Amino acid sequence: MKLRNTLPALLVVLTLPAQADRLPLPANPAYVEECGACHLAYPPQLLDAHSWLHVVNGLDRHFGSDASLDAGNNNARRAAIADFLGRNAGGRKTGVTADAKGQPLLRISETAWFRREHREVEPAVWKRPAIKSPANCAACHTRAADGDYSERSITIPK
Amino acid sequence: MSGIDTLETAMRPVLILAALSIAAGDVALAETPRDFLIRFEKEAGTAASAERGARFFNSKQGGEWSCASCHTDKPTQAGRHAKTDKPIGALAPAANAERFTDATKVDKWFRRNCNDTLNRLCTAQEKADVTAWLLSLK
Ligand code: HEC
Ligand code: HEC
Ligand code: HEC
Repeated sequence: MKLRNTLPALLVVLTLPAQADRLPLPANPAYVEECGACHLAYPPQLLDAHSWLHVVNGLDRHFGSDASLDAGNNNARRAAIADFLGRNAGGRKTGVTADAKGQPLLRISETAWFRREHREVEPAVWKRPAIKSPANCAACHTRAADGDYSERSITIPK
Repeated sequence: MSGIDTLETAMRPVLILAALSIAAGDVALAETPRDFLIRFEKEAGTAASAERGARFFNSKQGGEWSCASCHTDKPTQAGRHAKTDKPIGALAPAANAERFTDATKVDKWFRRNCNDTLNRLCTAQEKADVTAWLLSLK
């Protein structure tokens, strides 16, 4: 009786794709230092390689901020970060991250994948003072810094 | 007396050599906050004013932000990024021993943060003034 109940469940678990609620950050000190100073070091899995290349190539005008890399070793560091993001980019999870015209999206929070995962979040919630913007993952995903996006670690600030 | 004179003369070439090797190895050496104050004052050609630095730090200059928008007007305390809300460690060296110890980091953040608050780079005088004020905080 017991076995008959658990076996189908086990099969379902085994055929599921990689867990969506874990997005561990592959170790990379340069990425954490340069891309984790102003906000969470976002999971590279959440944009495709083309989108990341556009993010990295536009750092001097980055969402209203100057995030340009050091003048001196600029190119080497930028190339290393672009390489890291490209290798860990998440085409499979998120699909192609481009807009309707085929332009690469620069925001995780504008991708179809993100909208799908967050369809239950009311538009007004994103604007709450303690959240400010959908880009502020850690406001709700309290363990985002550890790559844990599971439901039980979500607390939506009032 | 003359013993000291002799010693000084004898030491001079050694001191010059030491100074030269410091200048050459400059980038690799750990720096102290005071080294930055001296460097910015030298670039500006005048003495810094901590009082002017405080005024500069705490007032908006046409843009959306002042330095205090992210670093607070008491930079011995932790701040928060005005747009992303991410916590930022205290900026005053008295409260955070890592501040003003790495030239690459200091230059990079002056460039970015001045662009974001002033839409231009800071002058050496402005950097000297801010550094003097931050150093005066206990
Ligand atoms: C100087 C500060 C700063 C640095 C450094 C920085 N960013 Fe950002 N980033 C921002 C700001 C500000 C936003 C906009 C946040 C918002 O809309 O709430 C942002 C937004 C983003 C977003 C979009 C988030 C979303 O889904 O809406 C991505 C992706 C991003 N940054 C990637 C990077 C990468 C990669 C690096 C390193 C190469 C980096 N950032 C370095 C300030 C910075
Ligand atoms: C307003 C709070 C809020 C913010 C901000 C937010 N999320 Fe979410 N997130 C949620 C909620 C609610 C869910 C849905 C949970 C559920 O239904 O299991 C979710 C689901 C997810 C999931 C799927 C988890 C799973 O169980 O499969 C991921 C991954 C995720 N979010 C990543 C992000 C990232 C990355 C950001 C920032 C770019 C972000 N979220 C910003 C509230 C938020
Ligand atoms: C939009 C937010 C923001 C504003 C405005 C801002 N800063 Fe910063 N500042 C940061 C962040 C983020 C860091 C790096 C994070 C860290 O090192 O903890 C930083 C780092 C610095 C550093 C690096 C010090 C060190 O040695 O580590 C200096 C110096 C600095 N800021 C000065 C200023 C000055 C001067 C202004 C005003 C002209 C200013 N900041 C305005 C966000 C800001």
